[in-house]
Amino acid sequence: MITKDEVEHVGWLARIEIDDADAEDYAVKLSSVLDYFGQLDEVDTEGVEPTYHVADVMNIFREDVVTPSLDQKDVLANTAAEKDGYIKAPRII
Amino acid sequence: MVYDNPDGVMIGLEVHVQLNKLNTKMFCGCSTKYHDAEPNTHVCPVCLGLPGALPVINRKSVEAAMKIGLALNCEIVEQTQFHRKNYYYPDLPKGFQTTQYDFPIVSGGKVVIEGEDGEHVVRITRAHMEEDPGRLMHMGTIEKSKGTLIDYNRSGMSLIEIVSEPDMRSPKEARRYLDKLRNILEYLDVFDGSLEGSMRVDSNVSIMGGQRVEVKNISSHKGAERAILFEIMRQKNLLRRGGKVVLETRHFDEARGVTISMRTKEEEHDYRYFPEPDLVPMRVSDWGPAIQESLPELPDTKRERFISQYGITGMHAKALTSDIRVADFFEIVASKADPRAAGTWVADVLRGELNYRNLAITSFTTEDIIEIIGLVVEEKITEKSAVDVIRTILDVGGSPMDVVKEKGLLKVEGDIVTQAVSESIVENEEAVQDYLGGTEKSLNFLVGQVMKKTKGRADARQARELLIAALKD
Repeated sequence: MITKDEVEHVGWLARIEIDDADAEDYAVKLSSVLDYFGQLDEVDTEGVEPTYHVADVMNIFREDVVTPSLDQKDVLANTAAEKDGYIKAPRII
Repeated sequence: MVYDNPDGVMIGLEVHVQLNKLNTKMFCGCSTKYHDAEPNTHVCPVCLGLPGALPVINRKSVEAAMKIGLALNCEIVEQTQFHRKNYYYPDLPKGFQTTQYDFPIVSGGKVVIEGEDGEHVVRITRAHMEEDPGRLMHMGTIEKSKGTLIDYNRSGMSLIEIVSEPDMRSPKEARRYLDKLRNILEYLDVFDGSLEGSMRVDSNVSIMGGQRVEVKNISSHKGAERAILFEIMRQKNLLRRGGKVVLETRHFDEARGVTISMRTKEEEHDYRYFPEPDLVPMRVSDWGPAIQESLPELPDTKRERFISQYGITGMHAKALTSDIRVADFFEIVASKADPRAAGTWVADVLRGELNYRNLAITSFTTEDIIEIIGLVVEEKITEKSAVDVIRTILDVGGSPMDVVKEKGLLKVEGDIVTQAVSESIVENEEAVQDYLGGTEKSLNFLVGQVMKKTKGRADARQARELLIAALKD
């Protein structure tokens, strides 16, 4: 069971403000999602190697060769605020 | 002598090394040469974390990580992979950092440093690969900032985080460890320590009776020594006043030389690490033997070789091998000049003059020092004049011979000195009588007269000997 406090904590980690009523609501809904996935815990995985990646491939590398970067104006095209070529964000503590 | 570490100081360091000698970043083809560039000009959809972008691992980053691991006597892991470390902060455009978690590429090594009581082993826990975040600039001070400016040019640069065991027992040992590490990394030619932000340090400091405190944001070796020194004093004072040292993260303020509590609410499990689905696992331990084979001669081995090959002192060998550029410089000089003289002139004199002016070895040419050593060995100029020539070249410029001629530093011929000696004796009867009467000091006066007459070009020792000989007759 997910508690309201846990919802608020996860909200804080993602820097999303969640009001009281929503937090209650999300706690119930997230609990049901987790319960659903909980069914996976019932499978006996004794002696089975963990799967770290679904594709059965390994060692995909790139050579150390420079490719062109984006133009600064394209980089900044979608930013809410900019200053002297920098992306501007609110004050960070 | 055994260092008894009265306060039970334990220091462990996490050193982030930027692989800035590679051509490209860790997961994309953006150039690593952004240090003098405009902000946000060395970025692409991958290192900006744009939707749909697909990272691919730079083979050279992996090779460099393995090189570092082997040079630090680590084991290479059988299979390794990347994880996502989730935290929400504007220096990470994706909202997570691509890093390694439970399978670091190398682990279990050691570095030998010169400790408080002789050779001291610092164990290496692990070294893992991760990407560098972007760079944040606070508008104003961090405490009273009006906003934050973000430059993602650094985002996605290859970093190797080298984690040590808490084996250092003083700020000095921490500094020595960092110096040694930097030296080894430069020998490996994977990183240029002179570039800004190329080596960043987090340190864990604890003393007897307290918990471990992490100090972040240390950007230089001197800074590390100061931050740790401050932290030890702070913890000691706190305990002495009956307080408690609690587990926390503090920020080092370099300008003020103090550490400040950061009060973070995030804990390890909040990072929600999980395997990076965009990157496939790596099995590269079979590259190990070839990489081991390709490792260059490392500082300790080079030091031993310098002693045996060139017959220089251990002190000189140590000084010369503490920087790969100086070591290479010395070898060129030693191949064309008397090796022992080269040891003294490069290790003691030239390095001293360069350090005094805060200059790198590249500020002097091997040709010039070879010529200067030649002039001294052939007794064409005095050692004092040679130092003068080095200083003049550094401060004003010019070639050794130009300086020697311009300053008239060529040792004058013996007959000129002999003449100056005879003249001085004739002209200074009083001093001569004093000296013969037992006043040793008067000899100094006479030597001074000889130097004056030869405009300082005579060798003072030679003048002295000639005077003594002349006055015996």
